[in-house]
Amino acid sequence: MSNSAALYAKRVRTNRLALFLSLVAMGVGMAFLAWILIVLLIKGFGALSISLFTMSTPAPGSDGGLYNAILGSAMMVGASTFIATPIGILAGIYLSEYGRSGWLAPATRFINDILLSAPSIVIGVFIYAMYVAQVQHFSGWAGSLALTLIAIPVVVRTTENMLNLVPGSLREAAAALGAPRWKIVISVVLRAAKAGVLTGILLAVARVSGETAPLLFTALNNQFTSYDMNAPMANLPVVIFQFAMSPYENWNSLAWGGAIIITFGVLCLNILVRIMFRKKI
Amino acid sequence: MRIQRIQDAIFHQVTRFFAFSVLAIMAAIMGSLLYGAWPALQEFGAGFPFSAEWNPVADRFGGLISIYGTLATSVIALVVAIPVSFGIAIFLTELCPPKLRGALGIAVELLAAVPSIIYGMWGLFVFAPLFADYVQPVLAATLGNVPLVGNLFQGPQNGIGILSAGLILSVMVIPFIASVMRDVFEVVPGILKESAYGLGATTWEVVWNIVLPYTRVGVIGGVMLGLGRALGETMAVTFVIGNAHRISPSLFDAGNSIASTLANEFAEAASDLHVSSLIALGLILFFVTFIVLSLSKLLLMRLGRMEGEKT
Amino acid sequence: MQTNVTTKRDMTFSQLRGDSTQVDHSELRTKIQIRNLDFYYGSFQGLKKINLDIREGMVTAFIGPSGCGKSTLLRTLNRMYDLYPGQRATGEILLNGHNMLDQGQDVNALRAKVGMVFQKPTPFPMSIYENIAFGVRLYDSLSRADMDNRVEWALRKAALWDEVKDKLNQSGLSLSGGQQQRLCIARGVAVKPEVLLLDEPTSALDPISTAKVEELVHELKSEYTIAIVTHNMQQAARVSDYTAYMYLGELVEFGLTDEIFIKPKRKETEDYITGRFG
Repeated sequence: MSNSAALYAKRVRTNRLALFLSLVAMGVGMAFLAWILIVLLIKGFGALSISLFTMSTPAPGSDGGLYNAILGSAMMVGASTFIATPIGILAGIYLSEYGRSGWLAPATRFINDILLSAPSIVIGVFIYAMYVAQVQHFSGWAGSLALTLIAIPVVVRTTENMLNLVPGSLREAAAALGAPRWKIVISVVLRAAKAGVLTGILLAVARVSGETAPLLFTALNNQFTSYDMNAPMANLPVVIFQFAMSPYENWNSLAWGGAIIITFGVLCLNILVRIMFRKKI
Repeated sequence: MRIQRIQDAIFHQVTRFFAFSVLAIMAAIMGSLLYGAWPALQEFGAGFPFSAEWNPVADRFGGLISIYGTLATSVIALVVAIPVSFGIAIFLTELCPPKLRGALGIAVELLAAVPSIIYGMWGLFVFAPLFADYVQPVLAATLGNVPLVGNLFQGPQNGIGILSAGLILSVMVIPFIASVMRDVFEVVPGILKESAYGLGATTWEVVWNIVLPYTRVGVIGGVMLGLGRALGETMAVTFVIGNAHRISPSLFDAGNSIASTLANEFAEAASDLHVSSLIALGLILFFVTFIVLSLSKLLLMRLGRMEGEKT
Repeated sequence: MQTNVTTKRDMTFSQLRGDSTQVDHSELRTKIQIRNLDFYYGSFQGLKKINLDIREGMVTAFIGPSGCGKSTLLRTLNRMYDLYPGQRATGEILLNGHNMLDQGQDVNALRAKVGMVFQKPTPFPMSIYENIAFGVRLYDSLSRADMDNRVEWALRKAALWDEVKDKLNQSGLSLSGGQQQRLCIARGVAVKPEVLLLDEPTSALDPISTAKVEELVHELKSEYTIAIVTHNMQQAARVSDYTAYMYLGELVEFGLTDEIFIKPKRKETEDYITGRFG
């Protein structure tokens, strides 16, 4: 029996150790999140000012803000959301409403989920080869296109998931009234899943807002305020990248200012979405 | 009635077209990368991935350095991230008070939502100096003297390089792996866990002997997903890897990954062969992540099916 | 009780079951004493003032309509509810005279003494052999040969040995439902518990497998104290020595199975048993 008692003591010790380490792992994860956010607050808070939102990016050593970059980001993210939303929703409808049979739906699902995690810099290379190299100049449109390709899989995935949550009885009830299929989908199913689909769009916005890599050689950057989507366009992530890597102190400070805007913007969107649609994403 | 039938058919075909467009995007990416990489592959042949030469002046290129950097940083990321993610998943599914579960789960996912450029800045300006001052000397003094692996931990202690990039990558992939692990752990039927507890097993024994074997394919799928993310991550790596085109025996030394090479050189590449070689690197990266992510997806689908059969 | 019965009609359940010797129930040791047990799911009270003695070496059945608390009661006997925050029990449950609800009670050690089998078969995701060995290894470090013997012993106890002896290395999931359930019983028996709790063990099984499991219960009771929850009254009558009828979290009537089924004292019990209610 002493053998068994020793064995038992050892098991209890192992269990305690393992659970303690699991607690430590959780603590480590949370510590890194807190660490990053605190660093952002400390370094970025000082850089926040009115001029950040009203002035364009400056030359080294002079005053300026991030107006052109914020504007450019907003325009490109807006354009890409605008293009990606209908494409993503329609593809999502196909997967959920017509995707029971045939080869196309499973194949699309599979490829879509791969695109969801595919390296975004390769998307940038793709748009460069397909568009930038053809028209021979960087542009806001090229940047928007790259972001669109990143946004589409997000919208497709959430749309399908959300439509699948709509109970089949609702579709049957509408069909029993004699409604045609497309009408059932558009005015019953899609409407029932409205909040969920919106969630997908917001997630896509959050995802592309922080994307830097695909913009490096599509939209490039622009020191001046520009509304021309056909010309190189300033955007927050690339400006942050260039300014952070530069030796100039005022540029570094602006980079931290941009970082705090983008991070808290993206995190707020994410929290909002998750509270709106808990557990179903 | 006829009009309705036509409308229905049109609607069906329109949605079908856009579903198909997702496949078309993938095909177009593959095709254009292959097309763009062709000149370089023709020039340097099958030896391209194995040549360590990268010389824009002489117009000679090979992928080995970037490929090594990509693999090394990803492996480091996984070595650190897997146990930590496992711990987090156990905590969230077995230990955490239910009231906190939702909030902490979201917090872990937020770690994944932080834009990668932020990880890069944090890594370069905050993590690297501390790493150089406090961690690298300790590693060099301990692991640096161990035979066989010692060389990995000697060299310049300035906080940037392969090891730093790998560690920052690990923080970035932890939320992906942990979320998948948590989700698959949650599909283990409660009654199965209760049976093990009913025999007197401890929480750890239930996790290790029941939960983990039951969800093995899903866990591997989650790890693969993390690997796919790590391989292609650009900005965080570009900030801290050092961007030096060399392979060094030391993990403290600077290097380059495929993604960081692309980020640094693509917009400024002068010769056509340089551009083509960069696209070839992109093709390799895309191809490898495609395979890794496919495996991940297939494994997770298998777990899903297993679940489907049970219920 | 000295009647020369010839027709089944007049036999008592214990005779039907083939209990050869009449047991003097007053001499039996009490294995588990439940005293003033209350149980709460959060603020909902699932069990109300339960008082009950479970006799050693006997089969005690818990019957009653769904939601009456019979499973809840069973799950307090090995403190399975501990896994879920918000569930708690007050009162006393004495196992061999020690209160298992004490704060200091080591639940793992308790559960090793009180085994449990569930509604659905729950083979672990490992081989048949490992399914049995898993629990044994928790408390004994046996040599390979000893472990082999123990596995065989347990499988024989569960009347499964002949069916699986040639495929011990196959996954436990490869067995049929009835075999899986007997594997789970073997797994529970292998750790040599003192008490076996069976929570509707045949509800997911076909009639033939059910009969096998019931036979098994009968065999096992010579060595183990068994408590079984069942929604099937015939089953309770077939396998148990004592029966407890529960309703809405309360123990309505408890006594010898023969008495409960033939001449229940309470009207509610009679209504339930005769099918007028439930």
